Amino acid sequence: MSARGGSLRRAGKYGSIFRIRFLNGLQYRAAAAAGIVTQFAWGTMEILIFSAFYQGNADSFPMEMAALSSYIWLQQAFLALFMSWFYEGEIFSLISSGNVAYELCRPLDLYSLWFLRSMALRLSRALLRCAPILLAAVLLPAPYGLALPASPAAFGWFLLSMLLAFLLVVSHTMLVYVLCFFTIDYRGVRMVADSLSEFLSGAVIPLPFLPGPLCALAKWLPYASMQNMPFRIYSGDIAGMELQNGLLLQLFWLAIFYLLGRLLLHRALRRAVVQGG
Amino acid sequence: MKLYLRYLSIHFKGMLQYKLSFLLSSAGQLLHAFSSLLGLYFLMNRFHTVAGFSLHEVLLCYAVVMSAFALAEMFARGFDMFAGMIGNGEFDRILVRPRGAIFQVLAARLELTRWTKLLQALLVLAYAMAVGGVRWDGLRILGLLFMILGGTAMFSGLFLVYASFCFFTLEGLEFMNIFTDGGREYGRYPVSIYGKRLLRFFTFVVPMACFQYYPFLYLIGRSSNPACLLAPAACFVFLIPCYAFWRFGLRRYRSTGS
Repeated sequence: MSARGGSLRRAGKYGSIFRIRFLNGLQYRAAAAAGIVTQFAWGTMEILIFSAFYQGNADSFPMEMAALSSYIWLQQAFLALFMSWFYEGEIFSLISSGNVAYELCRPLDLYSLWFLRSMALRLSRALLRCAPILLAAVLLPAPYGLALPASPAAFGWFLLSMLLAFLLVVSHTMLVYVLCFFTIDYRGVRMVADSLSEFLSGAVIPLPFLPGPLCALAKWLPYASMQNMPFRIYSGDIAGMELQNGLLLQLFWLAIFYLLGRLLLHRALRRAVVQGG
Repeated sequence: MKLYLRYLSIHFKGMLQYKLSFLLSSAGQLLHAFSSLLGLYFLMNRFHTVAGFSLHEVLLCYAVVMSAFALAEMFARGFDMFAGMIGNGEFDRILVRPRGAIFQVLAARLELTRWTKLLQALLVLAYAMAVGGVRWDGLRILGLLFMILGGTAMFSGLFLVYASFCFFTLEGLEFMNIFTDGGREYGRYPVSIYGKRLLRFFTFVVPMACFQYYPFLYLIGRSSNPACLLAPAACFVFLIPCYAFWRFGLRRYRSTGS
């Protein structure tokens, strides 16, 4: 009885942290409106670039134009979920200033605390921004707008894959935070992690546009399990066996990143000595 | 100007005190900057041309925009921190000092770590100049310099507008990024690939085409009219309304009181 009560309370504790952060994120409505305009403009320009390439040489296009447009609109709408270069400056300064000691005093697990915090912020931002962008993109003429999903089943897999990709991105962010316990200046680590993840997750150009050998390699890297997977499942660009393997790979990388982050944090905290005063 | 150089050297010395961090973040930046170049390279490699332009021609365009942006960022990114300056009252202190406000905002923060971006842009520029098939003569080289300077002026103007908005909103406005960072990202390709309407927008509203597209046409031999090389002058004209907007904001400025 008491054990059950304890676990309930714990869930409540983390649940309310999540809720507070989430509601906090929802307050920034003006910023969200500006973000929507920005994202829409970027999506439009991005599609114009690709369609210029398409008109010049349609045969070399590795995916359908409509699938590409859907990819870009989903990318813009859910940017907040998958932007691997987004961090909370507050967490970095907690670590580098040593104020992380205050966080350790709380009766909470640090990894879960920061993980939930990142999740809540990203979710609230995405929630505020995605609907208008998706709606506007659906109304655009084919093949430049957001098409309907390839099939109801594809849509289901898309949702599952979104969830896995989202958790993977948050674990990746956590790993960068944790690595900062080991270096004084976090910017170097962060920039290297950013460029690798941005390019290899298909945020700069979708992975099928990479040259053959590089694309074949990138497919196995953890970054390909981020936005690349769900956005291509949506339009049916990834289906069948490739889809199944892809989802398993996502699960695999998620487990690795999560465990590695936890392990390293554990080590970092064991080493840390908190000074008084 | 002398004072500006002095500020610059102080910042530089301060940064060099942290050698490893300077190196790491420079390396990171180089990698970061190359990711957009790689994207462009892979696309051009796959398709060979875009709207009739070859890889080498696009690279020239890319290098001009990147150089201009890097220069503007090095000297004018202080405006990026402007929201913070207004918020914490630092701007009030600036106003009581006997130097121009714009000068002080600029000098308060010099982005020297961005030198890697400039370096990268110049490398690409040298490469594009060598392989682009343009017969370089004095006129064309002057034209190229003028393009880069014009671009620097335009981006600086945009940074100034971005900062001026803070007089009214006390917050940086994210939508300005469409023009600043967006200008850099989408200026990688000759503006004409985006279609007629956007070309007109980028000629008459935000004069990006004036330094990036029209003179570029002359350089690669698409246009035989050397007057194209004068187009970047429009970017300097663009500074006038930007400055006027800053003055307008400054007059309406009220301290946040902190």
